[in-house]
Amino acid sequence: MLELLWLIPLLPIAGAALNGCLGRNPPKALVTVLNIGAPLLSLLLALGCLWEYAQQVNPASFERIYYAWTTGAAGSFHIDVGFLLDPLSAVMLFVVTFVGFWIHIYSVGYMGHDAGYRRYFAYLNLFMGAMLLLILGNNYVVMFVGWEGVGLCSYLLIGFYYEQTFPPFAGKKAFIVNRIGDFAFLIGVFTLVEKFGTLQYTELFPKIVAQPSLVTAPYALGLTVAGFIALCFFVGAMGKSAQIPLYVWLPDAMAGPTPVSALIHAATMVTAGVYMVVRTNILYQLAPGVSQFVAVIGAATAIFAASIGLTQTDIKKVLAYSTVSQLGYMFLAAGLGAYSAAVFHLGTHAFFKALLFLGSGSVIHAMGGEQDMTKMGGLKGPLKQTFLTFVAGALAIAGIFPFAGFFSKDEILHAAAAPGRWPLYFIGLITAGMTAFYMFRAVFLTFWGRFRGTHEQEHHLHESPWSMTIPLWILAIGAVTTGFLGWPGEHNWLHHFLAPVIQRPAGAPELPEHEINGWLLALIALAVAGAAIWYAWRVYGGDRGTAGDRTFARRLPPLQRLLADKYYVDEIYDAAVVRPLAALSTFFWAKVDVLLIDGSVSTAAATARVTGEVGRFTTTGNVRNYALYFFVGVILLFLWLIL
Amino acid sequence: MEMLIFLLFAALALGSSLVVVLHRNPIYATISLVLTLFCVAVLFVLLGAPFLGVLQVLIYTGAIVVLFLFVIMLLNIQKQGRDESAFAGQGLQAAGAIGGAIVFFLLVGLALWRSGLPELHPLTADLVALKGLSRDLFAEYLLPFEIVGLLLLVAVIGATVVARKPPEDGPATKTNPEGAEL
Amino acid sequence: MSVPIHWYLLLAAAMFCIGAAGALTRRNGISIFLSIELMLNAANLTLVAYSRLLDVRTGQLVVFFVLAVAAAEAAVGLALFIAVFRQRHTIDLNRINLMRW
Repeated sequence: MLELLWLIPLLPIAGAALNGCLGRNPPKALVTVLNIGAPLLSLLLALGCLWEYAQQVNPASFERIYYAWTTGAAGSFHIDVGFLLDPLSAVMLFVVTFVGFWIHIYSVGYMGHDAGYRRYFAYLNLFMGAMLLLILGNNYVVMFVGWEGVGLCSYLLIGFYYEQTFPPFAGKKAFIVNRIGDFAFLIGVFTLVEKFGTLQYTELFPKIVAQPSLVTAPYALGLTVAGFIALCFFVGAMGKSAQIPLYVWLPDAMAGPTPVSALIHAATMVTAGVYMVVRTNILYQLAPGVSQFVAVIGAATAIFAASIGLTQTDIKKVLAYSTVSQLGYMFLAAGLGAYSAAVFHLGTHAFFKALLFLGSGSVIHAMGGEQDMTKMGGLKGPLKQTFLTFVAGALAIAGIFPFAGFFSKDEILHAAAAPGRWPLYFIGLITAGMTAFYMFRAVFLTFWGRFRGTHEQEHHLHESPWSMTIPLWILAIGAVTTGFLGWPGEHNWLHHFLAPVIQRPAGAPELPEHEINGWLLALIALAVAGAAIWYAWRVYGGDRGTAGDRTFARRLPPLQRLLADKYYVDEIYDAAVVRPLAALSTFFWAKVDVLLIDGSVSTAAATARVTGEVGRFTTTGNVRNYALYFFVGVILLFLWLIL
Repeated sequence: MEMLIFLLFAALALGSSLVVVLHRNPIYATISLVLTLFCVAVLFVLLGAPFLGVLQVLIYTGAIVVLFLFVIMLLNIQKQGRDESAFAGQGLQAAGAIGGAIVFFLLVGLALWRSGLPELHPLTADLVALKGLSRDLFAEYLLPFEIVGLLLLVAVIGATVVARKPPEDGPATKTNPEGAEL
Repeated sequence: MSVPIHWYLLLAAAMFCIGAAGALTRRNGISIFLSIELMLNAANLTLVAYSRLLDVRTGQLVVFFVLAVAAAEAAVGLALFIAVFRQRHTIDLNRINLMRW
């Protein structure tokens, strides 16, 4: 089965391509079968490969090169199309194929009435293929191909409702902001090539481990080689995984269909940055300064985004900022050196965030497209399944035992509670409280109290079809059970599983340890979360509804406005970056392109034309004139001969 | 003595060439050309090419100028009216032409002045006598000689064809047993 | 006292220039032809003068051929003239300007 590994990314891409071969108006059933069949086959193949991989007595990585792109022309440097199945990519593979598949099923119900049904699934399958390429690649080039591919699909899917004005704009914004990160990523890749001559993980990492002096020598920007590359990669991750300052595209990406938000902007694409950092953990361990920077940015992003989420009224925006915040947690973990904690949180987050998004999609579907929570309320009656699964997801993200988030978040906080890292611990703890608060604010506003919408909406309320509720239950089960994979202590299965990928190279500084009891920390976090939920109930629960928001706005108007308007970051970017850039572009267009370049072409044409218009007067038809020209020529020739 | 002859005929040649170019009546111009040609023939003799001088008179004045006169009379070309300028009536063209001519003349003078002049050898019988010329013509330059003959034939045929009256109704309709009409 | 050779050459140049000026400015086609014949003669004179100067017969030979060719050219040219005259009933070159811009 492992020999068929290459089919796993190929099948969704082929499915996406085949969509075009179905004719002009294929029957919906055919489209559905093709587009669900491809990810299903991928999932089954992935499960089979994982099973086979796990059966090995000594689980060694499975690596295969399927195509040697450089054929020896570049000497020892080579770029190939190859896949690597090792513990890290195995975890990612499971998450992507499993969650991805159930989101496909959900989409059948959610997008069933949309005219762009086929286009949607083509893009979605293309995304799956690209994401699988990203995680299965055995070198940074294949990863980058997948990286760009998911960026493209993100753009296509955010701008899915292209007839409206906003979605294409949001898609462009996502792509352009991502590009900034991609540029840095490429710089890092080029530096890797220059310094080590290879991009294949299994060749590169041993080389780095074997030469720690090379990576610790000063290089550029006051950083070592390792620091420089690590920083470049992290900037790439900033873009793809929406950290400060490149997070601004993710909230606007909610303009895409909700399953897209679930799959791409919660569970998989945005985690690509985390995957990349964990994959390159050797460099980060050898660059403690940059690692610290990563942790700080992660923590800052976490608390910053959580604070914005406290005041948002669009249910998807709450979830979007929550995603940014949770991604911050993952980078906090990676920066602290707790790479398996980062991956653990990545996995659990994929489940409960996808669940929350799909649940919100179910709510939106029932509300006939309404996304404003101030117009919802009391939905726990009509939408029982959605309600139950949503609450399960909320409990998971809030970190309540025994749901998954409890375990993964605590592992991160545990790593942060070391001497010299206390500030990060407290930020993480406060953010956990805020997370629980805003999540349950959303729960109470949506599902409790009186219905605040219109009469037609009230009549329209109905539970979603089974194609949408079954994935909700499946993901809810995941949100509950996946936590046990990382039971703290010696039985932390995930940590052991990932150990071969996370090796400590010689020369890497020791990570600070602490003696605080893990269960004590867990209890503190649980208490904070519980208190936050209780407080949220006090403010928003029961029949109180949106009164809480209004009170906040009355008591602290500047703060409320600041948070609700997202700290005006978009406006700042607009003024500081977008407008000058647009002005510069307009200048280049008007002056350089139109005037200079078009002008020079026009001038060349005009010169030809004017030359003709003037020159034609020489063709008088009068033979004597021609004879005169002739004579003048003879004189000139004579001159030349005698001089 | 030689100088005297030269000066006389040179002046005559110049004068009559000016008349050729300037006179309004084409007949007068043609007669003037005859005079010019005759003077040039004399100068040929002075330069030691008597045969060429004779040829000049025979062919040029005897045949070519006569041809001109025939054509003038055939086409009944009038002299230019008094109010019509004999010249082009195009100022720039005339200025350019005359200017160019003057420039060219000056350039030639310049070239001559710069090149200096070698001594003239006395005339030899070899140069002057017809024997040398004919020997060259029929030995070394036989091929060009024959080709010139061919050229003259072609010219005759060509001139005849070009100048004849176009057939009345399309080609090859009438087969006149007496040959083509003129 | 023999005549310096450059006088012949200058005379030939003068005749050539006069002929050129005439050929380029006259309106009457026949007059242009006459001027052209004048130019040809000037050239012939130059050739003979050089033949005398360099003491070779080549110049005279060339003049011989030029004479023949000039005859041919005059014949054909006049024939063309007649043909044009038939078409346009004029030999005023100002009026023969079909290929005008």
